[in-house]
Amino acid sequence: MKDKKKILAGLVVFIAVITFPFWFNMGKAAPAPELELTAEAKAAKSCVMPTEYMKVEHMQLLDVWRHNVVRRGERMFVNTDGKLFNMSLSNTCLDCHSNKEKFCDRCHDYASVRPYCWDCHIDSPKGE
Amino acid sequence: MKNSRRRFLQMAGVSALGLGAKPMLNAFAAGGGEGPDYHVATGEDALTAKQWAMVIDTRKLQTAEDLEPIVEACNKIHNIPTAIQNKNHEIKWIWETHYHNAFTDKTNNFLNEEVAHRPFLLLCNHCENPPCVRACPTQATFKRESDGIVLMDFHRCIGCRFCMAACPFGARSFNFRDPRPFIEENSEEFPTRMKGVVEKCNFCAERLAVGKMPACVEASKGAIAFGDLYDEHSEVRELLKENYTIRRKQTLGTEPSVYYIV
Repeated sequence: MKDKKKILAGLVVFIAVITFPFWFNMGKAAPAPELELTAEAKAAKSCVMPTEYMKVEHMQLLDVWRHNVVRRGERMFVNTDGKLFNMSLSNTCLDCHSNKEKFCDRCHDYASVRPYCWDCHIDSPKGE
Repeated sequence: MKNSRRRFLQMAGVSALGLGAKPMLNAFAAGGGEGPDYHVATGEDALTAKQWAMVIDTRKLQTAEDLEPIVEACNKIHNIPTAIQNKNHEIKWIWETHYHNAFTDKTNNFLNEEVAHRPFLLLCNHCENPPCVRACPTQATFKRESDGIVLMDFHRCIGCRFCMAACPFGARSFNFRDPRPFIEENSEEFPTRMKGVVEKCNFCAERLAVGKMPACVEASKGAIAFGDLYDEHSEVRELLKENYTIRRKQTLGTEPSVYYIV
């Protein structure tokens, strides 16, 4: 253990470098995005499934929709309350959530996810 | 002494691992328990068949002008990028061609001139034995069990174009470029495609699902019939009984579902 000092100095530098991103960004966390609901969405009160479920599982639900519509031709969705919906991203989801920039995008940008839905699906069915 | 300490540390490590693994296992075991309480179903208005088929009465479609509204109807509702100038990048779901290009099997040297000069409508034949489906490595193109339509799942298409090589009818087009800037008439209800996927006619599966006939059938003013090939009393079967029909490249054994009355 002749190089105790060198090792310790090296360790300090190593830890400083490794933790740099953490203390450099301390206190600068971006605030969680606030989502704006359209008047239509507010009036509806609940999405196709309860809000909590949609927050966590909307991507899984969309995947179920995609699979059933495209591959099995099943387009009707019956939710927990027995309400019927046409399974369509552009025509059902975006009919209510017509403010994609203030609804979908805000959260997706914050979480740094880039879904490629909009490469094909039209994001303003009402031409907004 | 040395050995026993090592032994002690080993045991401690293994125990710690065991204690740490237990909550993980619990977490995994808990996942996928109760599913959400919803269900999906086919729409009540949906039209169904064992195998959809089309009969095109070419006697009623004598000129290019007769075909135009039919092709346009399809282009419009499916967001086909019709403004692409480069012929190699062209996207077509339903299009017009000459007899000789459509029916390459028929080898008669001297044909009825009137038939030979007629324009023919071509589209995906929705074969009963589709070679494109066998070629697709991702099952992006598949034959739908419920009604025999050969469909594309654009989400899965990786753009390998094996299906285009496999299709003997040239019914498939590849998006060499982003199609969006080339769409002349937008339909808001149908998605566009993206660069790098193959596309083709889908027998208007999205319209059948809501009880409508395919767009070309509607626009044809009775020249195109559509129905179930395996329903004896369907419109297409009645027409097949009463008229002599031909199909494209029958010798290949793909069993096309598009019939032509000549």
